[in-house]
Amino acid sequence: MSYAAGTADGGEPVLSVEHLATELEGSAGTLHAVDGVDLRIARGETFAIVGESGCGKSMTALSILRLLPEAGHIVAGSVSVNGTELLSLPEAAMRNVRGRRIAMIFQEPATSLNPVLTIGRQIAEVLQRHTQLRGAAMRARAIELLDAVGIPDAAMRVDDYPFRLSGGMKQRAMIAIALAGEPDLLIADEPTTALDVTIQAQVLELLRELQRKNGMSILLITHDLGVVAHMAHRVAVMYCGRFVEIAPRDEFFRAPQHPYTRKLFDALPDAGKRGTELSVMRGQVPSLAAAPPGCAFADRCDFVMPRCTEASPDWTPLGAAHEVRCFLRATQPAGPFDAGSGAQSAAAPQGVSAELLKVRSLRVHFPIRKGLLMRTVGWVKAVDGVSLDVRTGRTLALVGESGCGKTTVGKSILQLIRPSAGEVGFDGVDLTRLRGAALRRRRADFQIIFQDPYASLNPRMRVTDILTEGMAALGTEAGSAAMSRRADELLAHVGLSAEVKERYPHEFSGGQRQRIAIARALAVRPRLIICDEPTSALDVSVQAQILNLLKGLQREFGLSYLFITHNIAVVEYLAHEVAVMYLGRIVERGTVDEVLRTPRHPYTQALLASLPRGDVEVGAEFPRLEGELPSPADPPRGCHFHPRCPQAMAECKLGYPDAIRLSESHEVSCLLYRAQKR
Amino acid sequence: MIAYLVRRILYAIPILIGVNLITFALFFVVNTPDDMARMQLGVKRVTPEAIEVWKAERGYDKPLLFNAGARGIARLTETVFYQKSVKLFVFDFGQSDDGRNISQEIKTRMWPSMAIALPVLLAGLAVNITFALLMTFFRATAIDFWGVVLCVAMMSISTLFYIIAGQFFVSKLWRLVPISGYEGGIEAVRFVILPVIIGVISGIGSGARLYRTGFLEEIGKDYVRTARAKGLAETTVLFRHVLKNGMIPILTGAVAQIPLLFLGSLLTESFFGIPGLGSYTIDAIGSQDFAVVRSMVFLGSVLYVIGLILTDISYTLVDPRVRFE
Amino acid sequence: MIVVLWTDALLWALVAAVAAYFWHVHRHEHLAAPWRRVLQSSAGTMSLVILAAYGLVGLADSLHFRPAIGAAGDAHAPVYSVEVLSVLDLALAPLRTHTETTYSAPLATRAYARETVELGGGRVVREYPRLRFGGAQLAHESDRDRDIARRIALGAGAGVALWLVLVLSLLTAIARRESTSPAAAWHAVWSGRTRVAWRGALYAALALLVLGFAAASLSAEYHVLGTDKVGLDVLYLSLKSVRTGLMIGALTTLVMLPFAVMLGIMAGYFKGWVDDVIQYVYTTLNSIPGVLLIAAAVLMMQVYIDTHPDLFPTTAQRADLRLLFLCIILGLTNWTGLARLLRGETLKLRELDFIQAAQAFGVSHYRIITRHVLPNVMHLVIISLVMDFSGLVLAEAVLSYVGVGVDPSMISFGTMINAARLEIAREPMVWWVLVAAFVFMFALVLAANLFADAVRDAFDPRVRVGSGVAKAAT
Repeated sequence: MSYAAGTADGGEPVLSVEHLATELEGSAGTLHAVDGVDLRIARGETFAIVGESGCGKSMTALSILRLLPEAGHIVAGSVSVNGTELLSLPEAAMRNVRGRRIAMIFQEPATSLNPVLTIGRQIAEVLQRHTQLRGAAMRARAIELLDAVGIPDAAMRVDDYPFRLSGGMKQRAMIAIALAGEPDLLIADEPTTALDVTIQAQVLELLRELQRKNGMSILLITHDLGVVAHMAHRVAVMYCGRFVEIAPRDEFFRAPQHPYTRKLFDALPDAGKRGTELSVMRGQVPSLAAAPPGCAFADRCDFVMPRCTEASPDWTPLGAAHEVRCFLRATQPAGPFDAGSGAQSAAAPQGVSAELLKVRSLRVHFPIRKGLLMRTVGWVKAVDGVSLDVRTGRTLALVGESGCGKTTVGKSILQLIRPSAGEVGFDGVDLTRLRGAALRRRRADFQIIFQDPYASLNPRMRVTDILTEGMAALGTEAGSAAMSRRADELLAHVGLSAEVKERYPHEFSGGQRQRIAIARALAVRPRLIICDEPTSALDVSVQAQILNLLKGLQREFGLSYLFITHNIAVVEYLAHEVAVMYLGRIVERGTVDEVLRTPRHPYTQALLASLPRGDVEVGAEFPRLEGELPSPADPPRGCHFHPRCPQAMAECKLGYPDAIRLSESHEVSCLLYRAQKR
Repeated sequence: MIAYLVRRILYAIPILIGVNLITFALFFVVNTPDDMARMQLGVKRVTPEAIEVWKAERGYDKPLLFNAGARGIARLTETVFYQKSVKLFVFDFGQSDDGRNISQEIKTRMWPSMAIALPVLLAGLAVNITFALLMTFFRATAIDFWGVVLCVAMMSISTLFYIIAGQFFVSKLWRLVPISGYEGGIEAVRFVILPVIIGVISGIGSGARLYRTGFLEEIGKDYVRTARAKGLAETTVLFRHVLKNGMIPILTGAVAQIPLLFLGSLLTESFFGIPGLGSYTIDAIGSQDFAVVRSMVFLGSVLYVIGLILTDISYTLVDPRVRFE
Repeated sequence: MIVVLWTDALLWALVAAVAAYFWHVHRHEHLAAPWRRVLQSSAGTMSLVILAAYGLVGLADSLHFRPAIGAAGDAHAPVYSVEVLSVLDLALAPLRTHTETTYSAPLATRAYARETVELGGGRVVREYPRLRFGGAQLAHESDRDRDIARRIALGAGAGVALWLVLVLSLLTAIARRESTSPAAAWHAVWSGRTRVAWRGALYAALALLVLGFAAASLSAEYHVLGTDKVGLDVLYLSLKSVRTGLMIGALTTLVMLPFAVMLGIMAGYFKGWVDDVIQYVYTTLNSIPGVLLIAAAVLMMQVYIDTHPDLFPTTAQRADLRLLFLCIILGLTNWTGLARLLRGETLKLRELDFIQAAQAFGVSHYRIITRHVLPNVMHLVIISLVMDFSGLVLAEAVLSYVGVGVDPSMISFGTMINAARLEIAREPMVWWVLVAAFVFMFALVLAANLFADAVRDAFDPRVRVGSGVAKAAT
C-alpha cells in the first residue's frame, strides 16, 4: 500500500491545499467553516476526510472547486491542481478545471441530476464542454461511460430520464458524468450515505475499480469510519473547521492518537461493547462562529490541560505521515487512553421473560388503483405475513433495507396504520380488534420514537406541553400539578434539567430533541416502545448518548423495545433478538448471536458482508449482492430473494419457503435448510 | 393516460352541473323573475300586466322547477330550470333580454377578444420571462434589487391607470393610433396594438416577480450545483438547466389560460371599444341583461374546465416525470 | 346620536381581534420572532407607518353619528340630522363644507369653466368666476403664488418641527432602554443598527408630516387638489375613499378566513370523502371566472335592494350594506386559493412524526387540528392575508368601474375614477381627480405590497437561511 504517497515520497501531488480558510455569513454572524486546512493528494490515492455534521468537510470540498453557496467565501489559503493555482484563476479558466481536472459527486443522487434532461444529455454536456467528441461519437462515449459504471442496457438507458433509475443507479449515472471529463481528481461528498448497505457496497466497489483502472485520485468525504476503512489510503479527521489528525489508514485504525478520534471510535457501538456503556463526549460541538484561541476540542477533552485553551496546538509528527494536532501528543508521544472507556453496566435482565407483544401473520396491503373507474388492480404488499414476539424487558431488532416494510410494521402494531390482516396480540389482547375508546385505553402501554428529531416535535409547542399532551389525552396523571411533577421527573430521566420546560424545540440540538421525544413516549408509562431508527439521523457521538439512555431506561423500567433499524452495529450492541426483513417478510430470526454470528439465510449473509467495517483490509473484495430490492407491488414469484440469491436453486421459484426452525430461537425461511426440518 | 383523461373529462360533468345549479339559484331563486321584471321596467308604478308581458316575452313565465299544468315530460321541460339552465349544456344560450341570439353574438365576438388576449398572453410571457431571467442572472446585485422594486411599484398601479394613461398619451397627445374602435382584417393591427402593449405592461410587475421567485427556487437546487461542477458557464446553467425546469409551471399555467382568452378582458375591451365578449359582458352588466350574464358565467366555467384538462395534457408533454395513471 | 354601521362594527371587531392577536404574540417569543424580523426591515417599518396613517384615516371615518340640529321646541328630545357623519368629517369640516359649483383646478382661485356673470348695472359677461372659497381671502389674485409658498413653508416647517420632537423623544426612549447616550442612539438609528429599523419609519413619518401639514395649511384657504364636477373638494374625496379601500381589503379577508382555514385543513387532514367534497366545492366555485361570479352576485343583490327599498332607511345604510355584501361576495370567491394552499400543507403535516406521535396517544382529531396543525399553518394564513390586501384594493376600483362595485353614492377610488375618466377627453382636460385617486391608491397599494413582502420574507421558512442551527455549514 502506497499510503504515504503525496506527503512522504515527495512526488508531485495532484491536489495541494494550503491554509485554506472559508467563512460563511449567517444570521448568527460569520461562521469559520474551514479554518486553515492543509492537504495533499497523490496520483491514484484516496484521501478521506471524516468528521461529524457541521465540521466543515463539505465546505472544504466546495471551496476547492470554488462552488460555495452565495453566503460563503474563501478568505485565505491556496489550492492547486497539478501545480496550477486555482484560487487566483479567473472564473472562465476555473470552469475549465471543473469537470475536467476535478469532478465531484454528491450525497443525494435523487436531487443532483436534472430531472428534465436525459442521462445521456447530462453526460454529453461534459463531453461537449471538455472533449472534442461530437455527434455519434459523443453518444457512443456516453453509452461506454454508462456501461463502465455498471448500468445494464446502457444503450437504452442513455435516453432515460433520471426518475426512471433507482437510487443506486442514479449515483452510478452521477459517477459516469463525473468520469466523462476524465478528471485527475474525483471529490466524492458522502457518496453512499443516501444508499442502502448492499447498494453502498456496490457503489464503493465501483469507485475502487475505476480508480484502479484510471489511476485517478479521490477525495472522499464521509462520516462513516467503515467506509473510510474500505476506501482510504490516508485519513484526516476534521473537527470545527480544522484537521486534528492525519494518518495512513492502517495506523489510523490501529492507533488513533487525537483524543477526539479516540472518542469517535469509542462511541461506535458493536458487539464487543455489549453490556457496557458507550463512551460519550461531554458537551456539544462549539459554534463555528466562536473560533476560540485554543484547541476547539478543549472543552470536551478528557485530557485537557491549561495550555489547550490558550493556544492552538501545532502539528506533531508521530512517524511516517502520521501527524496529530494535540499538546498531549507533543509532550508524551504515547500514553494510555483508559480514562474515557465505558463503565461496566449491570447486565440486562436475563432468563425467560413473559411475552409482551405477539404479532402473527401481520399483513398491510395498500391498493393500487388504475383505469377509468379507479378499480383496484393490485396490492402493494408492504407487510406480507410478519410474525414476531417481543418479551418483557427485552429488545427485538427488526433489520432491513429501506422499502422492506419495517416502518410499516411498527406503525401497524401501534394501529396508526390499520393492518389488512393478522393479529397484534399485546398482553393477550388483539389490538386489531379494538376500536375507539377501547383502543385509546390501551394506548398508554405502547409508544413510539421516530427517526427525525426535527420532525418529531411540534415546533409550536413548549416542552412542557409536549410532555403532558399524552398524559392529558390518556388521563394517566390526575390533575395538572401531577402532570407537571411527572414532566420534571421525565426530564430528569432523560438527562435534561427541569428548566427547559418552558422552551421551544428549536432551541435544542438534535440529540436533545431526541431525548425530549423519548421523555414524551415515557410520559404515559408504556411497557413497549417502538424505536423507528431513533439514531440514524444523529452523529456517532450523539448516537452513543441516546443508545446509552435507551439501555439505561430499559434496565430501570423493564421496558421492551421493538428496535427498527438498518444499522447492524447498533443491533449488535443493543438487541437481544433480531428479525431480518426482506420485501415485506421476515426471512430469518433468532438471538443476536445466532443471526449475526451464524447467519443462515443468504440475504442475511449478504447484508452482513456488505457492511463496511473498520477491521477489514483495504482492497478486500466485498461479497457483493447484485441487483436491487424489487418492488413490493410485484414481488418475484417463489422466494422473494431468489433473483439476487447467489445460491438460488430451481425450486426457489416455485413457492415461498416455510420458516424452518434451526434451534429453540433460530428460524430461517430458506430451502437450503430443508434437510434440517423437524 | 387515455383513461386518466377520460376520467378528468367525466369529472368536469359534476363541476358544470354545480355551476349550473349555482347560477340557477342566483338568478331565479334569490330573486324571482317578477323582481327582475320590476327592476327592468322601473321599480315604481309598474303594473302587474306589464310584468307578465315582460316575463312572457322572455320565457320567464313558466314555473321554476315543476310545471303541474303540463303533461308528461313537458312537466319538467316546460319550466324555467329546463329552458334556461339545462339547455346551457348543449350550448343553447337562448336569447338575451333585449331579444338577440346569444350564441350568435358569442360566435362573432370571440374573435376580436382573441385578437387582443392571445398577443397579450404570448408577448407577456416573453417579456416577463426575459425580465425574470435577467433579474435571476444578476441576482443579489443592484440590478436585481431595483428590478424587484420596479416590479412591486408596477404591480401597485391600477390597471385602469395604465389604460387611461396609455390612451391619453399615445392616442390623444401623440395621435399614434386611434383611441378606440375595431376593424376586421389587417386593419385590426392599428386598433389592437395599443391595448396589447398596455396589457403586457400592466402584467409585467406581478409576472416577472413571480417567475423570478420560481427561477430562484430552481437555482438553489442540487442539480444546478452539479451543472456548475461540470464546468458549464453560468449562462448555460441558466438557460439549459434552470430555464428548462422553471418553465414547466409557467407553461402549464399559460395553457390553462388559453381557453379563457375567448372571454376577453372586460376593462381593455370596454375602454378601447373592441366588440369582443368582454365588452359584451360589461354592457350586459350595465344594462342588467341577466340572460347574457348567465350565459357568460356558464361559458366561462366550461372554458375553465377545458383549461384544466389542457394543463394536465401539457404536463405530460413538457415534464418527463409526469405520467398520469 | 351615534350610528353604528355594519361595516363599522365589523371593522372595529377586526381591530380588536388584531390587537388581541398581537397581545398574544407579544407574550410568546416564538410567535413574536417573525414579527420582529418584519420590523428589522426598513421597507417593513416604512410601509407600516404609511399603512398606519391610512388606517387612522379609515378608522376615524368609521365612527359615525348623526349630528343634532338644535332642539326643536322640546329641550329633552333633540332632533338629529338625517345625514350620517363620521369623526373624519368633523375633522375635515372646512373641506367638506367649502364646496364650489363645479370643477376647479388645484390651488386655483377661479373656476375651470366660463360662467355668465352679472356685473353691476345689468352688464353680463362670460368669464372665469372667482371661487367661493378657493383663494377667496386674497385681496389681489396676483398674491396667490406668494401666499401659497408662505403656507407651504409654514406647513412644512410645522411638520419638520413635529418630526424633530418625535425623533428626540424616540432617541431618549432608545437611550434609556439601551442605557446609552442619546447621541449614541442617534448614530445607531441612522446607521441602521437598531433592532427595529427606525430609520425607515422616520423617513416615512417625515414625508407624511411634511406633506400632511403643508396640505392642511393650504387647504384652509385653497382646494389643494381642486374640486370635482359638483364642486366637492378632491382632497376630501380622496381621504373619504380610504375607508372604502380599507374595508374591502380587510373585511373580505375576515369573511373568507373561517371558510378557507376550516375547509382547507379539514380536506387535508381527513382526506377521503371529506377531501373529495371540499375539493369539488372549491373547484366548482373556482371554475366560474371571478369577475363574472361577482358580477352575477352583485347584480342579483342590486335587484334585491332595489325591490325591497323598505329595508334600507337611509342612503348611507343602503350603501353600507352593499359594501358589506360586496365584501362577502369577494370573500366567497377568494377563499379557494388559501384553502387549496392549506390543504396541501396539511397533507404534508399530517404525515409528520409529531402528529403521528399525537395519534399514538389517542389525541382527538379536534385537538390535533387545533394544537398541531393550525399553529403550523398560521404563517401561511398571515402571509396570504397581507398579500391579498393590496389586490383587493385594486379590485375595488376595477369592479366599481365595471358597475358591480360599491354603491355609486359611496365615495371610493373606483367611483372617483369612474366619474372622472370621461373628463380626460375634455379640452382643456380635467386631470386632477384621476391623478388624486391614482396617487392615493398607489401609495396605499405600494405600502401594502412592501409590507406584504416584508411579512413573507419574515414568515416563509424557505426564504430564511441558517437560522440558529448551523445546518448550512455542512
